Amino acid sequence: MEMPIPNPEVLARKARVVERLSAVLPANAVIHDERETRAYECDALTAYRCPPMVAVLPATTKEVSDVLRICHEEGVPVVPRGSGTSLAGGALPTADCVILGVARMNDVLETDYDNRFIRVQTGRTNLSVTGAVEEDGFFYAPDPSSQLACAIAGNIAMNSGGAHCLKYGVTTNNLMGVKMVMMDGEIVDIGGAHLDAAGLDLLGLICGSEGQLGVVTEATLRILHKPEGARPVLMGFDDSEIAGACVTDIIKAGVLPVAIEFMDRPCIEATEAFAKAGYPMCEALLIVEVEGSDAEIDHQLDLIMEIARLHNPVELRQSKSAEESAAIWLGRKSAFGAMGQINDYMCLDGTIPVSSLPHVLRRIGELSEEYGLKVGNVFHAGDGNMHPLILFDANKPGDLELCEAMGADILRLCVEVGGCLTGEHGVGIEKRDLMHVQYAPADLEAQMAVKDIFDPQWLLNPAKVFPLDASDARRQMPIAAE
Amino acid sequence: MHSPQTEAELADVIRDTTGPLAIQGGGTRGVAVAGDPLVTSGISGITLFEPGAMTVVARAGTPVAEIEKAVAAENQRLAFEPIDHRVLLGTTGEPTIGGVMAANVSGPRRISVGAARDFLLGVRYVDGMGRIVKNGGRVMKNVTGYDLVKLMAGAHGTLGVLSEVSLKVLPKPETEATLILHGLDDIAAIAALARALGSPYEVSAAAHDPVAGETLLRVEGFEQSVSYRTEQLRALLGGEISVEDDSTGRWAAWRDVTCFADVDGDIWRVSCKPSEGPALVARSGALGVRYDWAGGLIWMHTATGYDLRAALGSYDGHATLVRGTGQPRFEPEDAGVARITAGLRARFDPRGFLNAGLMG
Repeated sequence: MEMPIPNPEVLARKARVVERLSAVLPANAVIHDERETRAYECDALTAYRCPPMVAVLPATTKEVSDVLRICHEEGVPVVPRGSGTSLAGGALPTADCVILGVARMNDVLETDYDNRFIRVQTGRTNLSVTGAVEEDGFFYAPDPSSQLACAIAGNIAMNSGGAHCLKYGVTTNNLMGVKMVMMDGEIVDIGGAHLDAAGLDLLGLICGSEGQLGVVTEATLRILHKPEGARPVLMGFDDSEIAGACVTDIIKAGVLPVAIEFMDRPCIEATEAFAKAGYPMCEALLIVEVEGSDAEIDHQLDLIMEIARLHNPVELRQSKSAEESAAIWLGRKSAFGAMGQINDYMCLDGTIPVSSLPHVLRRIGELSEEYGLKVGNVFHAGDGNMHPLILFDANKPGDLELCEAMGADILRLCVEVGGCLTGEHGVGIEKRDLMHVQYAPADLEAQMAVKDIFDPQWLLNPAKVFPLDASDARRQMPIAAE
Repeated sequence: MHSPQTEAELADVIRDTTGPLAIQGGGTRGVAVAGDPLVTSGISGITLFEPGAMTVVARAGTPVAEIEKAVAAENQRLAFEPIDHRVLLGTTGEPTIGGVMAANVSGPRRISVGAARDFLLGVRYVDGMGRIVKNGGRVMKNVTGYDLVKLMAGAHGTLGVLSEVSLKVLPKPETEATLILHGLDDIAAIAALARALGSPYEVSAAAHDPVAGETLLRVEGFEQSVSYRTEQLRALLGGEISVEDDSTGRWAAWRDVTCFADVDGDIWRVSCKPSEGPALVARSGALGVRYDWAGGLIWMHTATGYDLRAALGSYDGHATLVRGTGQPRFEPEDAGVARITAGLRARFDPRGFLNAGLMG
């Protein structure tokens, strides 16, 4: 993966930058010792590492503003960082950058049940947002699988999804307002506790912009009352095509489950060996979960099972209790860990129209044979969000490159059938150079024009999202301006 | 007047224009700006409908009615309840899906399923220089690059003219029921709506009519579930409550704000924190009000030319002048946000020809 050459003039100014940052932050909030900056050298895409020049941990919006103003004046790139759980390299530093971590900003600022929102500092983890309101029966809906660790800041940057977004939507559908610091240090407030933010939908634009438009320090998030209950049904099929047809029929029947999860045979086998969830050995397994009161759940599950029976399932297991639900979810929840037991893996998240599911699964199988790399598929079937896990051996020379090439082929396939490169992980550096596959030059130009407005010098998270060749001229600007 | 029939013709018109253009879909939303009319209703037709994926792709000039009919045949619907402005504004013409999305108009169900913008999956548009751009796609989860889809929703054509939209649709529920709480004052009504929305019983609309003294809660879903939740809500809220089984006509009227169709004066839409609604109403000097979205959306009727924004003062929200002239249609923005907005306009429509001045 190519990253831009660090700007030697910025590196030469390190001492001055550290001194200026130290003047506005507590001593322990400025990390510049080379042994300590290593802690920030990568995110969850661990194949790529690069220690930053400096890392800072501001505790207030004012401190974030001071940091950005200084970096703006000094022409130093800034890479914002939530909890560093990005699978796409969204928080990967450059050697000449300041990492701006929001981890110290994790307070709940306001909880309002009458108006159904919570206002938090964005360093707060996703799960602890729900944690702050669940005693009162409420929850924050987007639930990325890293929710124990991932920060709201990163959720907003990547517009994170989760298993339950079929019903509740992704981050952008649950974000009501932000306080954001612009690259020049200016603080802006967008949206708030009301439902429709005024003017242009800047909130929608900021959400998913991968930390390239500003640093969001506070967020107003929609909270909902928890459903009375939720229970899944597990079904096994002899053919993934039939499982796909079953998903379509469930949706067409007017039942809207909160989650429809899919696993294929390689994934079922790995999971069984690891977690022993008692899954049937078959080609495709679906877990469909619905919510409501006990009677409402039974009624919906009956309808779903009636549809499933038309597709000759090899297994149909309706949960009747919390224990049975946990048993059904056990395998799905340990799928990534199970695959990781076998080998290193790369997890993609291209999204496809649900109707293309059988074709895409077949092609992935063919690609797996062509490349000689095993693939397990586990994904959110209701919304077409694939998660192919390609197994490779990081210690074997050339294997990572082979895996990346195969991943790129799968993502091209997703775009070809009318889908997209990434459904919830973001582009980061991982899919940056594939953006040409999905977007024509004019499409990319329109997006880059947005960054020009928010961050004219392209200092915020500069080498991400856009193909390096497309953004090259813009990223050179600060150097040219020196 | 320009009436392009294809996206390519639309691009030609915009590229070749030498002056401002007034963008129209069906011309039903009462948007009046100076310029040569550019009517998009000729760029019409549903290009894809996949009920199993809950997605529809349609050219921007496609009548909303045509889409609603097509998806209804598969027992699905545009869940955000797009407002039909014709009765309120006394306009004629055929509302288009491009107009709905450009104006981001959502009805009562917005509180439970989201706004029009939440159902917009992808767009194709022509920017102010005549460049054709696409963003998003037709899948429900897509974080590939910046979300210009949301930016185009609610931009009222000022950043680009939509040529095609992809939408998410949802299944039509089996049935619905509406609880009618009687005799509550504004404060008690908004509190009751908050209590209902803060319950697990999935309310899909929550409104209050101070004139009739009726406070409304809609529940939708499978029949058995609707009757269960109706009873739970009745028990939760107490007081004098009646239940209406077929309430589709009632909610269509709420959606379209037909109650203010025949009154003279200006009509405003105030977006606010629901619990602040009654206090805002008390100081508004409005001649008539209706609360939707559990109080988060207040339709206000004022005398012609009345400066409602001055009366409301500072609060968490904003006011839009939906019917009336002589005042800015949209709430003036704070300096920081206004700078960003102006910057975006300068890049998307550098000549300032698209619905010039409409949004400030």
